[in-house]
Formats: sequence, structure tokens, C-alpha cells
Amino acid sequence: MPLLDLAMRQCKGWIPESAMKEVGKIIDIPFIKVYEVATFYSMFNLKPIGKYFIQFCTTTPCWLKGSDDLLELCKSYLNVGLNETTEDGNFTLKEVECLGACVNAPMVQINDDYFEDLDEESLIKLLDNLRNGNKVKIGSQLKERKCSEPIKIVGKNKNVKR
Amino acid sequence: MIKVKVNNKVVEVPEGATVMQACEAAGEEIPRFCYHEKLSIAGNCRMCLVDIERSPKPVASCAMPAANEMVIKTNTEKVEKARKGVMEFLLINHPLDCPICDQGGECDLQDQSLYFGKSTSRYQDSKRAVDEKNFGPLIKTVMTRCIHCTRCVRFMDEIAGTHELGAINRGEGMEITSAIEGGITSELSGNIIDLCPVGALTSKPYAFTARSWELNHFDSIDVSDAIGSNVRIDEFNGEIKRILPRENEEINQEWLSDKARFFYDGLKNQRLDKPFVKKNNKLLSSDWNKALDIIIKKINDNSSSEIAAISGALTDTETMYTAKEFFKGIGVKNIDCRFNLSQVPFSNPNDWLFNSGIENIDVIDKLLIIGCDPRREAAVLNSRIRQRWLTGGLDILTISTPEDLTYKFNSLGNDISILSDLNTQIKIKSFFKNANFPMIILGDSILSTSQGNKIHKIVKNISQEANLIRKNWNGFNVLNKYASRVGGLSVGFVPYEGGLCSVEIKKALKSKKIKVLFLIEADDFIINNNDLKDVFIIYIGHHGDRFAGNSDVILPTSAFTEKKSLYLNIEGRAQFTKTITSKPGVAVDSWKVFKALDQKLSSVIKYNTHEGLLKQMFDDYPLLRNQNYAEKSKWEAEKNNKIKLASEINDFLVKNFYQTCCISRSSENMANCVKEILEIKKVNNGNI
Amino acid sequence: MLSDKDKIFKNIYGFSGTGLKVAKSLGDWNNTKSIMLKGKNWILDEVKKSGLRGRGGAGFPTGLKWSFMPQELSEKPHYVVINADESEPGTCKDREILRNEPFKLIEGILYASIAMQAHSAYIYIRGEFYNEYNSLQRAIDECYENNLLGKNILKTDWDLDLFVHRGAGAYICGEESALLESLEGKKGQPRLKPPFPANVGLYGCPTTVSNVETVSVVPEILKRGFSWFANLGKENNTGTKLFCISGHVNSPCTVEEEMGISIKELINKHANGVRGGWENLKAIIPGGSSTPLLPSSLCNDLNMDFDSLKAVNSGLGTAGVIVMDKSTDLIKAITRLSRFYNHESCGQCTPCREGTGWILKMMKKLSVGDARVDDIDKLSDICSQVENHTICALGDAAAWPVQGLIRHFRDEIEKKIQDNLLRKSAE
Repeated sequence: MPLLDLAMRQCKGWIPESAMKEVGKIIDIPFIKVYEVATFYSMFNLKPIGKYFIQFCTTTPCWLKGSDDLLELCKSYLNVGLNETTEDGNFTLKEVECLGACVNAPMVQINDDYFEDLDEESLIKLLDNLRNGNKVKIGSQLKERKCSEPIKIVGKNKNVKR
Repeated sequence: MIKVKVNNKVVEVPEGATVMQACEAAGEEIPRFCYHEKLSIAGNCRMCLVDIERSPKPVASCAMPAANEMVIKTNTEKVEKARKGVMEFLLINHPLDCPICDQGGECDLQDQSLYFGKSTSRYQDSKRAVDEKNFGPLIKTVMTRCIHCTRCVRFMDEIAGTHELGAINRGEGMEITSAIEGGITSELSGNIIDLCPVGALTSKPYAFTARSWELNHFDSIDVSDAIGSNVRIDEFNGEIKRILPRENEEINQEWLSDKARFFYDGLKNQRLDKPFVKKNNKLLSSDWNKALDIIIKKINDNSSSEIAAISGALTDTETMYTAKEFFKGIGVKNIDCRFNLSQVPFSNPNDWLFNSGIENIDVIDKLLIIGCDPRREAAVLNSRIRQRWLTGGLDILTISTPEDLTYKFNSLGNDISILSDLNTQIKIKSFFKNANFPMIILGDSILSTSQGNKIHKIVKNISQEANLIRKNWNGFNVLNKYASRVGGLSVGFVPYEGGLCSVEIKKALKSKKIKVLFLIEADDFIINNNDLKDVFIIYIGHHGDRFAGNSDVILPTSAFTEKKSLYLNIEGRAQFTKTITSKPGVAVDSWKVFKALDQKLSSVIKYNTHEGLLKQMFDDYPLLRNQNYAEKSKWEAEKNNKIKLASEINDFLVKNFYQTCCISRSSENMANCVKEILEIKKVNNGNI
Repeated sequence: MLSDKDKIFKNIYGFSGTGLKVAKSLGDWNNTKSIMLKGKNWILDEVKKSGLRGRGGAGFPTGLKWSFMPQELSEKPHYVVINADESEPGTCKDREILRNEPFKLIEGILYASIAMQAHSAYIYIRGEFYNEYNSLQRAIDECYENNLLGKNILKTDWDLDLFVHRGAGAYICGEESALLESLEGKKGQPRLKPPFPANVGLYGCPTTVSNVETVSVVPEILKRGFSWFANLGKENNTGTKLFCISGHVNSPCTVEEEMGISIKELINKHANGVRGGWENLKAIIPGGSSTPLLPSSLCNDLNMDFDSLKAVNSGLGTAGVIVMDKSTDLIKAITRLSRFYNHESCGQCTPCREGTGWILKMMKKLSVGDARVDDIDKLSDICSQVENHTICALGDAAAWPVQGLIRHFRDEIEKKIQDNLLRKSAE
């Protein structure tokens, strides 16, 4: 698994078949067993992805906090569907299951980093900054929040009725 | 032994037995899909759940070890609910297309659904569709039918050892697939058809040709290699529809090689159905009397030293016995069953037999393989070595073998001359030191090279010195590739009183010292067609194969599915084939050819029937009478220990597993394998 | 409310900074050598008497679990494995420990290694936690540099090597035997039990898998004594616990509290109350997605501990509290969980592989009312056909939320079906 991860990092975020074969050779394991592992775990991409790989958490805790609407916003803002890459090759969008940052919902993972406590405004800002190559704040997008401490959230997070 | 209570019945089972085995001991049938005796336990189908006292959840009986005083119940509501539930789950995504499924009528899913399932389905949603996979020319896939029991994956990993199948993705999306697009390359791949409990994997050649309940079953044996695998041959409307393995733990367990399973379509093609005689360089159809008369004339026109006879890979023991009687009667001494130029000695059975017995591979702890390719020469036996190796505690050493034998070994090299090196012999001796059950497998393949005779002597010598020959254990084994070989050697179809052996016959043919040659189903006699120029060839056989076109007289005979005939496997185990289909045209059982010729010449053969033949042959060779019992003969010591071998890296190994006899060469199934599978191997440099 | 002095995780939000120095200043690695020298039996005994129960979800008594390891050492090495594959929806407590309090975990592993006579330990961290992995690895490196890991730790003659292994995205790897498979580089498919990991675990050797939080509280127990811990909370549900409060609360947060705190107090004191007030509460999922939800009527004086929640047919699980106010469409919320389990089923065994798909399909229909009333019973029966029949607990976990929904909110499902019928007939 560490080798597959390494291969993925060396191959711009995805694992071509030739890399799997090579991994099999290095650790003396039949190709099919490598292939089984590569298809079992959700983090191994077997198709090329964009420069920024956005993984949108939409499991219940994020969903309760409006992740579906944010995802729709993200889709229309980037003009891509799920599992698609933007034409400029910058963003690939994927819906994923719980990423384990539920008290900072809603959140996304982009490449290795988490971006939390999102709302419409901060999500758009984040995407713009990434596209323009600006520095971004990793973690909570609320200025005053560091980790998972309680913070009064007033007017920041839109309460979505459903 | 431990005591277990199953549904209030107390049974005793050995320690280490599973709950499932305990239930079976108590006469309770436990439904299962994923469990298979010969494979590792997966426990994934959940069909075998039973109730165990003090366990809140039902337990998978296939994986749970039975414990003393355990109280097991298989008839509770809990168990019934579990079985019905699992059955329902298995069926929700199953297409239920039994009417168009070849598995229908012999399907575990059908049967168990009937006994343990619900009568209706509550599933109303759309079913999963799974992409078809290409498993090659032999195996048809309908992957929507797959229930993910993973028996096929485990078989490939454990028994075949080629790791060609896997379960990819996860959850509902899990699929069984092959490593590479284009098929499975294992020589044992057909067995996953038998293992598949549903219709996901079925036989491609058999597809839609019959329904299982219409078939007539015949117990017979396989002749495509020398193991003598037990088979069941299924016939319908006078045609052989398929060949399946029959369980025999002592020989083939329950496996069968792809060649043995699928070469049967070769029995329909290229068959000789009437005698032919050459006139003006053209073969014209003829009748028996004319053809025999021409042969008689040839025999009378030539001296007996100018006549020779070679028997082939599929020739039955009766034919070789009768032929020997016939040739003795007319004074022909140049007869040999070793058509592949093997120099294996023929005076003492333990020089040519697989003396340890196939089943005893299960207990060996040191193995030396010399000059053969067990994977392609005896695929089922090779898998047995692998199974033994997987359980641990078996060291393997090889000389002159291929690399891809499906188990790990140390190779001493491919130049056979190292065998006569003192250093090598010391190495081998220290390798076998302290071994409880040491084994050497010596390939008939390498015995057919120019130094074959010497190699045999050296290996015998090593076997003695490395203490492989003990009171209750003979670790010296010869592995040959031909169903006929042990039979031929056993009834003495070999040169006598100064007659020429096959190697010498070959030379004599070239120098035209032999003028008349009988080829008795000997399609694989190794000789150039050029060397046969001006030789009068009498071809007796069932297929228009290699030599038929060059022959002067052709006499048609029956194939192994058209006669009852005796074959001796590598252990010397006598087994009979069965008459299943009729002979084509005017073909006869080949021993009758020699009976007929004898009647017109010396009349030494007294018997007229097959029974009479067997009686006399068994009287002459009592060891053949021991049906299903490997003959153990007395070891004749080899005294010469100073033989030197010349350096020789031989190209003697089988390259084409699929086509090794006239039947397999006439088989479309085998031709497809060559086309598709051997090509894949080439592309991948043999690496899968 | 838990007083600050009884808090174990003083730096859970990372306010005090990072690094070994900071950790030491807050009490980590204090007295370590003398605790180490007290030996295996003493540690086991203290943990047993503290009443600590596993914080990973199942709540099995930790001391007892640790004592299942073979007492006689054989040729086979023992392994301690830490489950940091935190993936249960609603749960994000271990993440805070991994990035802000890694030294508590490492110190705990050291004591655990003595208790179980293991010289190698592995931390299996979920692959998505990349930055957390980096923080953890930095902490481990620092410990090696300071002789807190490695050979002859603090000159006690005790050796321990600690390795971190990253997962690659599979909830099922939080199941201990699937985790071991994954750690061995295979697909994360749970093993059949028996044999249990304590006998045949990682690479076939005796192994114990413990949750991050469980091990992280052990140093404090050993330093303050078991009775301090046992006196917190209530009988059989002792000590403190990290709670994650997510969903419809004013301030979602992760917070350490005493076991048995009432849910109302927990939400009101730490999360600034339910959005729109306590009266606006519709339901909570008390312990991560696998635990059946509870309607607000049951929440008024409900205590957050293993036994109290079990008594109302739910569970403490991982103490990931998901709060849902009255605006929530509960059927959709649970359908989303069914989708989660369907996605995360490993596919190995039949009931889970097929059942999670069927449940999801039924839930999707129910969530738009496109069903019949007796479909609810059918769904309930399907759930019971999955429950208890699978190799691991994922099947149960997929069934429970749906069963909880049907148990408490059947009328809501029925109403949706009726509304749909009315709408259809109106069209």
C-alpha cells in the first residue's frame, strides 16, 4: 500500500497499470493481487485526475450542514460533474464518504489537505485562490477557529432548510 | 476424539474437526457454497450457519472448530431464518435464467434454493449487471450469475498456483476477474468450471450442446498423459459431450488437466474410417482383405531383420501384447514402445515406475526433480507437489527443469553434465540427509536425450547412496508422459534377442537397413520424413495424423473411448477405459489387426476374444492383474558409480502442452488454446 | 461538568502548541521510567481496576482484552496495533489526539507494549489523515531522538519500535481483523473468528488492537491511579470521554467530558445548544452512525454512557453525537447512512454485500414515499436478515440505523408514503 501511494504521487495522482505491475515486481506479488488492492481502497485513483482533487464529503453529518447545496454550487461554479475534471485540468470533483471531521462540517479534502467549516462564500473563495495559485488557509475556513473547539457561529453558516 | 451433540445426537469427531464435519458425521446436511474440502476456508457465503449453544449469533459451521461437549443445532428457527435470508440475498442479483443456463440441473444454487430457500422473491428492484470477462477459449463466463464464493480465485491461488483470478472492487461492486484481458493460462483452468457452484463459469466447448439430465455417464480413464486420471465421460446421441474428473484421492484427487478435459472434440476430426492403400503415390480407399494381403506380401518379401515396429503414445496394452506375440511369431525382433527414443531400461519395473506412488507426494519432505517439466507433462501431479509445498516443510531442488513450476525451488542448473560432478552429488546427498520421505523425480524427457542411459544409471546410483531406497520406501521415480508407456514396458514391447531399439531403428531406417516399418498409433515417433523415403510404412491408427500421408498402407483402429482397453499409469496401476461411442466406419480395435495378420502367417495367437486375450496376458504378466494397485518390484542395485556425462543443455521440454498426441492435435479446442493462450504467454514473456 | 483538573487531554485543540517540550510541560512523559519499571502485571491490574472500556465503539473492558494475550512468550513476537482508522460518521475525536496530543498516544503505547510484552507496535491511521499522519510521525521521531522509543528506553532495558501505516480509504479497516489484513498489505476484508487476534493476529502472531483514545488515556490512569479514573463517571462506565457533537447545534465541537453526562447538558454547555433551542430537537444519533437514532422524547434525561444508551436500544459507540433538529428529513438522513454502508461494505460475505444494496434501494424509495406501507415491514425483515449473519459487525451497523428509524419514526415514513399516494392521485 505505501508503494501504491508512492506510485500515485509519482504519477500525478493516479496509478496506471504499468505502475501496478512494477509494484508487484518489487514486492514479488502477482499482479492480480496488486490490482485487487488498488481497486479495493477508495483513495487509489485508477484514472488521471486534475491538479486539485476535490473530495466532497456528503455523509450525514456534512449533509445535515448543507453539503449537498455546496456540492451543487461547486459543480456549477467549476462547470463539472462528479468524477469529472475541469477543462483546464485544474480540478477533479468527487463525492466521498465521511472524512472524519464532522464537527467541522461541511468540509472537503483537496489533495492532502482538509478545508473545513465551509459556506458558499468561503468555498468559492477557496476555489478561486487555488486556481490563481494563491496561498490558502488549511483547516477551518473560519478565521477564529483553530481545530474542533466550540465557537459561536452566527450568520456564518447558512442554515439550510430541507 | 471429541464428543459433540448435533440435534440431540451425540457423535464423536477427531480433534480439529469443524462444526460442519461434526454435523455431517451426525448425518445432517449443511448447505454451503464457498466451502470446498480442497480449498482454504473462506466463510463468506454464510449459507452454512448453525446454532451453537451459548453463542448469541448463528455461526459459520465451515470455519468453526468443533469443541468437546459443544451443543449444535441445525433445525432451529434461527438457522432456518439465516439460511432463507442468505438464499434470498444470493438470488436478488442473480438473473434466474436457469432455462438458458448450462449449469441448470446440476446447480448448487438451484438445488439449495429448492431445499432451503423461500418460494418467492420479495425483491422488486433492478438487478446488478456485471460485465462479461474473457477467460479464454475454454471457459465461458456469465458473471451476473456469480455469487462471489471465490472458489475459483482460491483454486487459482492454491491448487493451480498461477494467481490469475482475483476479486476486484468491493461491496456490491465486487467482481471476479482475470489478471489480464484474454484468459487464463493455467493447465488446470477447467477445474474452476466444476468448482463454480452456479452458472457463472461454464464450459465454452460444451455450451448449449446438451442438458445435464440427458447425458449418459461413463466411468473411464484419461490417456492424455501418463497419470491415469479417473474421468467421467458424458455421452449424448452417440457423441462425447464432455469429460469431467472423477474423484480418486490416490491419483488425480478431483482435478483434471485442460487437455484431458477438452481434447475430446479431436475424437471426431481427422478419423480414419477405412483402410487405405497407396497406388501410384496416391492413397486410395481399400478394404481389409486387400490391405492385409499387401502387408503379408511385404512381410514375406523381406527378411525379419528388415522389419521393425514402433508403438505410440496411446497404444493400449492389449495391442502391444498381441503385436509382440505376432512379431515373435514371424521372428521380428526390432520392436519398441519407446517411440520418443527414451533410453529408460526395460528389464526391471522399478527402473521405469513412479515407485513412491502419486499419493505419497503428500508426505514427502525433500524433492529433487531432474530433467522434466511436471507442470506440462503431468499437470495434476504437479499441482499435488504444489499443494504439498504450500503446507510447508518441503524443500525442492531441480536440475534441467523450467522455471515456472508454480512452487519455489533451488535450481542446480540446466546442464545435465553437473549430475556426474562429485560436488553436485555431495550437494544432493547432503540435501537428502535426515529426510523422512525423500523423493527424486527423473523425467523420461531427459532419458530420451543422447545420454539417457547414463543419466538413468547415475540417478539410480545417487538414489542408493542418498538413502532413498529403504525398506518401506522407494524414493526413485520415473515420470513419463505417455499413457501407453508403462503398459508397453510391462508386457515387453521392447527389442529382444539382439533386436534394435527405437534409437537403432531410427538409424537403420536412415541407412535403409530397415525396409518395412509398422507404426502402431506411433504418430510421435521422432524421425525426419526424409529418412523414411523408400521405406514401406504400415500405419495402424485412428487419426490421419503425422505419418498417415507418408504411409503405404493405412489400417483404421478405434480410439480410447470406443473400446475397453487396459492402460497402466506411471505407478503401474492397471485401469480400463470403456466403450462409450461406436467405432467410425470399419475401424477395429488395434489388437485385432495383429490377430488377423497372425492368422494369415504363423498362427501363434490362440485367443479370439478380448477376454481370452486378457486371460493369457494376465497369466503371462500376473502383476497386471492387480487392478488399481501400484506394483512394487524389487530394487536392482546399480553398481556403476563412475559414469561421466558430457555437457549438454537440451531443448527437450514440452513447449506446447495442448497438442501432444493425435487426438489433441485434431482438437479445435486445443488449437484455440494454442492460438489464444500460448500467444498471451508469449506477449507476457511467460510472466503473468 | 468535568473540572479542568480532571481533564486528560489538556491540549486537545492544540492551543498550547506542539512538540515534546510542550507535551512534557503539560505532564506527558512524567514519571515514565518508574511506571515502566513497575512492570506488566501492575499496568494490567491498574487498567483493569480503572474500569476503562474500549473507546473504539464496542466498549469492551480494556484490561481484560489486554490480558487475552498469551502469558507465556513463544517464538512468535507480540504486536500492539493502534486503530487510528477513524471513519465512523459523526466521529472525529482521534483526529484531535493524533494531531494535537500524539505524545499521550505514544506514551500509552509504551505502557501497553509492556503490558502485552510487545516490542513492535503499529499505528494504522486512515489514509485521508495526511497532515495528522505528519504530526504523528514528527512526534514519533522526537521520541526516538529522546530515547522514549527505540532500544533500551530510558535505560529500562525495554525496546519498542513504533511504526505508522497509512490506510487508503476503507471504513471497514476500522474493524480489527480487516485492519490487520490491510496492515499486511491486503484488501481490508475481515477475518473469520476464531481464531482471535490475541492468538493469531498480525502476520499470524499474537496481536491486540486498541483504539487511539483508549490507549491515550492509559498514561493518566497509571499516573493518577486507577481510583481517580474509576471515581469519574459511574459504575461500569468510568472515566472521561471525548464527545464529538456535530449536526444542528450552534457550536459543533469535540470536547472531553465525564462519562454519563446527560445529553442535554453536553449539548447545551459545550455546543451552545440545539439550533433553534432544545425544543427544536427532533432526534440524535448518540454514538456515531452505527448506533440507532433516538427521538427527542428519549433525550430529555438521557445519560451518555454505555449502559444507559444500551437500555434505550442504542449505544455509546464512539460518542459521536449527531444532532438533528426539526427541519431534518430523518428518512433522507438515514438513507444517506445506508448509502455510506453500501459504499463501505467490503463485499466478502453475502448478507452484507447484497443486503446493504437492497436496504439502500428500499430506503431511497421510502425517502420519496414511493413504496407501500408493508414495505416498511419488509425492510425491517431484510435488516434482521443481515443482522447477526455477517462475518463482521458492518452488517449489524448497516441494519441498526434503519431499525432505529423504523422503531421511532414509523409514522413519519408512513406519512410520506400516504402523501406520495395523494400527490399521485391528484395528478
